[in-house]
Amino acid sequence: MGSSEGVAEHPAVWFQASACSGCVVSVLNGVAPNIRDLVVDQLAPGHHVSLRFQPTVMAGAGEVALEILAATEESKEGYLLVVDGALPTAAGGLYGRAAKKGGQATTMHARALELAEGASAIVALGTCASYGGMHAAEPNPSGSVGVSEALSEAGIERPVINVPGCPPHPDWFTGTVAQALLFGLPGAEALDTAGRPKRFYGRLVHDLCQRRGDFEAHKFAKAPGEPGCLYELGCKGPWTHADCPEREFNGGVSWCVKAGSPCHGCVEPFFPDVSCPIYAKIGLGELPRIVREEGTGELVAVRRPQAAEEE
Amino acid sequence: MSSGRQTISIDPITRIEGHLKVEVVADGGEVKEARCSAQLFRGFELMLRGRDPRDAALLSQRVCGVCPVAHAMASALCLDACFGIDGQIPANGRVLRNLILGANFLQSHILHFYHLAALDYVDVAAAADYAGADEKLVGLRDFIKRGELAPFMPRYEGDYRLSKAGNQEAASHYVQALEARRVAHEMVSVFGGKMPHQVGIVVGGCTETPTADKVAAFLSKLGAVRRFVEDIYVPDVLAVAEAYGDYFEIGGGVKRWLSYGGLELETGERDLLNRERLFAAGRVGADLKLEPVEASKIAEYVKHSWFEDSTSGRHPSEGETVPAPEKETGYSWIKAPRYDGEPYEVGPLARALVSYASGDEEARGEVDGVLSRFGAGPEALFSVLGRHAARALEARRVVNAMAGWALELMPGEPVCEWREPPEAGSGMGLTEAPRGALGHWAEVENHRLTRYQLVVPTTWNASPHDDEGKPGPIEQALIGTRIWDAENPFEVVRIVRSFDPCLACSVHMLTPRGRELTTCRAL
Repeated sequence: MGSSEGVAEHPAVWFQASACSGCVVSVLNGVAPNIRDLVVDQLAPGHHVSLRFQPTVMAGAGEVALEILAATEESKEGYLLVVDGALPTAAGGLYGRAAKKGGQATTMHARALELAEGASAIVALGTCASYGGMHAAEPNPSGSVGVSEALSEAGIERPVINVPGCPPHPDWFTGTVAQALLFGLPGAEALDTAGRPKRFYGRLVHDLCQRRGDFEAHKFAKAPGEPGCLYELGCKGPWTHADCPEREFNGGVSWCVKAGSPCHGCVEPFFPDVSCPIYAKIGLGELPRIVREEGTGELVAVRRPQAAEEE
Repeated sequence: MSSGRQTISIDPITRIEGHLKVEVVADGGEVKEARCSAQLFRGFELMLRGRDPRDAALLSQRVCGVCPVAHAMASALCLDACFGIDGQIPANGRVLRNLILGANFLQSHILHFYHLAALDYVDVAAAADYAGADEKLVGLRDFIKRGELAPFMPRYEGDYRLSKAGNQEAASHYVQALEARRVAHEMVSVFGGKMPHQVGIVVGGCTETPTADKVAAFLSKLGAVRRFVEDIYVPDVLAVAEAYGDYFEIGGGVKRWLSYGGLELETGERDLLNRERLFAAGRVGADLKLEPVEASKIAEYVKHSWFEDSTSGRHPSEGETVPAPEKETGYSWIKAPRYDGEPYEVGPLARALVSYASGDEEARGEVDGVLSRFGAGPEALFSVLGRHAARALEARRVVNAMAGWALELMPGEPVCEWREPPEAGSGMGLTEAPRGALGHWAEVENHRLTRYQLVVPTTWNASPHDDEGKPGPIEQALIGTRIWDAENPFEVVRIVRSFDPCLACSVHMLTPRGRELTTCRAL
């Protein structure tokens, strides 16, 4: 971390893997903080994020862009690593090639691991970087995995904070970065079983939903555009953890259920497969629950009555 | 200027969507050969097979986080046909779809000019000694003063031509445009629930119900974006054009343009290419003579793509994606779509020229107004600056049209013709994305998707050579260009970025087994 005129400079590297750019665009949609606060001004007084490498917005291209990445990596000053997109592992990672490093061909998977080793902390931004997401949808032809899984398989131990969502709400990202700058990295007690900050993912969409009263009153919509709870149209709110209903997207304008669409469960591991068919009702006795498997510690989706799971 | 023969390779091409490598071979400083190589591939078409067809509109849009709405629209149009309800979409559903898609056109065009393209023309460092009161420039000045200049530096150096005042004004607008594009996404969210990856567009119509307060909220945000487009965006493009006038003469390319047409003005006509739409369907060449589009004449060629030669030349509805990663003649994961055997450019310039040729008075007036300012004829549009100008004028046209459309919404009337998936069906969804002509093709059997194919704008524009050796549109736009400084090849990145490439969209094909690539892609 450098410092100039009392402002601490926090270097950051944004590594784009197998992604759609939706996470980047969502971060551009932040209101408070906004993208200017994040990149140009100070995210918090005395703290500036120096975004050294971000392929969607950076001025330089080709070698000019790669040089500053290499310089950041070699400086030993530490940096925040943001990864969006999944890491393709099939066929030795060759489905996702990264720009050459030191004249050598390499892969997204290999580069993400290298960059992770030099990082002081890692934010896995979006459901793809967190858990594989859309890019790992059945039959997952590219063998895509999330960052935590890739690090764990490589035996690399670095702090990873998952900020899933397809796309994630910009506040979830900037809030997580602000937490790290102002108060330090969140401890284990601040993260849930899927590695997400409880601040944003601690409650069920269903519990925060404006249409919860309709659910209790058994008023259900049968088609889009109808009033009532969207449970019978396949809403995943009863098992999806996020604060979308109270935070709302795009500067608090709306969110999925408010716009008449069932929650898709896009912040959960195993999205989209665990959510498909999206518009089909799931019985209350068969709601998926994402838990860590005893022994392996791997995330798994199980379907069993919620009551039996409650602590 | 460089002399002798040399290869210039740019990897990554930044400030585009996705992962692209461009390599040109120059002789005496003039580009003789060009290759566009898509370096990442996924498996969207395979992932959609076997799923509930209704899920396709939501999942296929995740191909691209910059233009997801256009994919949702193409998918919904395709599914409407699969479900046999095309022609029965309620008026509210039609208008809501247009408003959601139109709002993302605005966002995409503003993002492209300011945040993806402008840093090739505007020297943000001019804010370093700013002494005025514009807080956006004060913020940039303080940022520069602290000395950590990423992500605005490093960059190519040596060809920034605006005056200091011009650079400062444009840098201020860069910051202002961040807000304008954000508000455009708030417009999407009013009726689409969230953005990126909106949830409003579904088979049969839309999910959100229009009410007077939502219409008013939408129009308020539209007003803010409209003022930005009218007062800032269009004038800025013209100011850049005045300083970089030689870019009216380079980057022309194939000089064949194609538009499927888009933004529905009616719901009754089931043939999308004959439907009344804001953007006309058609093809034109440099003579600006309008020709019709027949979807059956589209085929995809793969001689220079890493796919089996036996699959070359097929129509997308019969398309197969059989990878051949070791194929000697391959150099990209993008196929080469051709219309009647010829490469076509798609995008805002194609739409402008097709509308111009179709006799659309409004489109003609706008284009002629710009040309007369520069004392130029229509051929000046066949260029880097022509693409930027067409994009800006299109933003103005869309924002003006949307102001009227929002008032067509009828609270209390239906928004969606919702159905369970059919036993069987097939469909074709042709529309226009911000980056150009977009098509989705699907087949349903036993209530599930059995085939799903996409041919997206960047597949047309960034396509490799075809089986007859004809280069793709971006490649042809590069060939013949004079590069003044091989260390700072401004010409190459300005030409490539004028197409607004979106690589995520174009590399959705079935993922093959691995290959030791000789080139590599962006980080």
